[in-house]
Amino acid sequence: MLNPQLTPDGKLRHLLSTEGLPRAILNQILDTAESFVGVAEREVKKVPLLRGKTVCNIFFENSTRTRTTFEIAAKRLSADVINLNVNTSSQSKGETILDTIDNLTAMHADMFVIRHAQSGAAHLIAQHVAPHIHVINAGDGRHAHPTQGLLDVFTIRRYKPDMHNLRVALVGDVLHSRVARSEIHALTTLGVPEVRVIAPKTLLPQHVEKLGVQVYHDMREGLKDVDVIMMLRLQNERMSGALLPSAQEYFKCYGLTPEKLALAKPDAIVMHPGPMNRGVEIDSAVADGKQSVILPQVTYGIAVRMAVMSMLAGNSA
Amino acid sequence: MKILIKNGRLIDPKHHLDATQDIYIAAGKIVGIGSGPAGFEPTQTLDATGLLVVPGLVDLSARLREPGFEHKATLESEMLAAVAGGVTSLACPPDTDPVLDEPGLVEMLKHKAKQLHLAHVYPLGAITRQLQGKQLTEMSELTEAGCVGFSQADVAITDTQVLWRAMQYAATFGYTIWLRPEEPYLASGGTAHDGEVASRLGLKGIPAAAETLAIASILTIARETGASVHLCRLSTAEGVAMVRAAKQQGLPVTCDVSINHLHLTEHDIGFFDPNCHLRPPLRGQRDRDALSQGVIDGTIDAICSDHTPVDDDAKLQPFGEAEAGATGLELLLPLVCKWADAQKIPLTQALAAVTSKAAAILAIPAGDLLLHADADLCLLDPHEEWKVQANALQSQGKNTPFLGMHLRGKVRYTLVSGQLVYQAA
Repeated sequence: MLNPQLTPDGKLRHLLSTEGLPRAILNQILDTAESFVGVAEREVKKVPLLRGKTVCNIFFENSTRTRTTFEIAAKRLSADVINLNVNTSSQSKGETILDTIDNLTAMHADMFVIRHAQSGAAHLIAQHVAPHIHVINAGDGRHAHPTQGLLDVFTIRRYKPDMHNLRVALVGDVLHSRVARSEIHALTTLGVPEVRVIAPKTLLPQHVEKLGVQVYHDMREGLKDVDVIMMLRLQNERMSGALLPSAQEYFKCYGLTPEKLALAKPDAIVMHPGPMNRGVEIDSAVADGKQSVILPQVTYGIAVRMAVMSMLAGNSA
Repeated sequence: MKILIKNGRLIDPKHHLDATQDIYIAAGKIVGIGSGPAGFEPTQTLDATGLLVVPGLVDLSARLREPGFEHKATLESEMLAAVAGGVTSLACPPDTDPVLDEPGLVEMLKHKAKQLHLAHVYPLGAITRQLQGKQLTEMSELTEAGCVGFSQADVAITDTQVLWRAMQYAATFGYTIWLRPEEPYLASGGTAHDGEVASRLGLKGIPAAAETLAIASILTIARETGASVHLCRLSTAEGVAMVRAAKQQGLPVTCDVSINHLHLTEHDIGFFDPNCHLRPPLRGQRDRDALSQGVIDGTIDAICSDHTPVDDDAKLQPFGEAEAGATGLELLLPLVCKWADAQKIPLTQALAAVTSKAAAILAIPAGDLLLHADADLCLLDPHEEWKVQANALQSQGKNTPFLGMHLRGKVRYTLVSGQLVYQAA
């Protein structure tokens, strides 16, 4: 099957998922991001790579954080940015997502950044846009959030450059997490030898081991000797159904406390894609502690998104 | 109208006939096989050299979308699709709008279908009013109006008491209850098999247990009430095993599978192909193999098209929001041929599952080639290759997982009650 993210000659055309991307492209994104890290520290925080291009952030699902980082990234590349929050009301007026996209295409957009509550929405749009338009998936349902996955990997690489000698643990709601899926694919493609997932069975998808991870239900066992701990966000609504009994019990079993963190390697780093639920999945002492790299993640997020946008624009037909 | 079909290879699975013979038709009936009545003067002769002459297909599930969903398909478009696919008798589920829960609606549908002079339509009445799973329909009246069985289409009866009473009531009159086994709570919100692919794509899964739990309840109630049950669209290996065991115990249970599930698995979803969003979901390879084995050993009685025309607007959506279903009437016969070929079983055996054995479930006189029977026939070129694409389909529904594929086997002529109702261009 043709990879819908790549051009026929193997260049990045869309960024829809970290799955199926060759290691060379992943490394190219990370290396390019490295060159953008410095831009933010300059007095003039702009480069002209996307001058004259229009980037549309289309968010069918609300997200201030992700939208803002995409907006900053595009503006630092000198693009014109349009933000559109297409909430359910305009869809109930009968407009399909492809109608929305067609309308924006008619306004000569060059790049779409898409967030949607349904898995596969970005793929659907990518299949229907004109050849010169690029699509970046900013999160689709439970499926993928590739720029988040990449920025996490970028952060890991900065602190732990030898990817071939790493133990990484993802803790929490893997079932509903597009971030977890994107991280797992990026890490395994880049040759990380051991990726663990730690969660109760109710928060793990069927056959999760087929994604190339080792499964732990006991957090103490799973954290032993890991170099990187990635905490996943647990959404409040998960508490109301039959998935979990209570936030208290979840924190007791799967919350990251200083005491549990001590089981990992002494120089292990702690990550979280945000927004955090302090006291539910992570203790404040850990989130604000010296092993936490949660804020650098946010900073690097902009560099990684700049890298992706500039690479896509450079690969225009 | 007297028709002579010459030099065709006649295949009648029910009577184990597979021979090159002429067939003679007069006044809507088969009046001669091999030799005709004395003085037979055909008004039309069809040269069937190189063609297969088979009983018209009997499809156990074809949605015609009328009344209520004419933007998806009309009775006329889908009846044309039926005969273009060699289907001469079809059962349609009651999930129209309004639901087929009143005798008047059934009579109207039968009447409109009859006026088209295409395939025979056998409606399934709703088991409960509005398919709401609460109050029983007037099954006796509906049967008089033309219903051949009672179904809930894709809507489960959540109240087990109602299911029990429905089966008791149906058993009183000897009516068959048609159910697609799916436990609604386990299946809730799911769009794909709860397996590797759904995990990777982040789709909410429907576990195989949703099917097996429902089969267990239905079979238990069938045993207690004595109702005869037809299980629709099996999709799991465990489900096939349960039906096999029930049949060995002598329970009056039959079942079918959609042709899609004999060919495809969850992996065909690829990158979210909404055409592979089907109900029940496409499952694993082990399930597909078990379904095939079930048809071969007779556990699964019939193969159906599960024809469900869906308009583009409803299909061009993210996978989970795309409407489930695929067009199928015109693909059934070539896909059955392809399946028989892949399984290395005789075509005669495979065709039984879409002719005589399907007719037996509906208890209708069709699906075989018998002297003095209604002349419902299909003439097919087994070697002609064609590409599945929008303009090759009569159905108003153009969406199918097989879009773009080349299939072998093309219907050349279809006869219903001795009338030539379809002739390939």
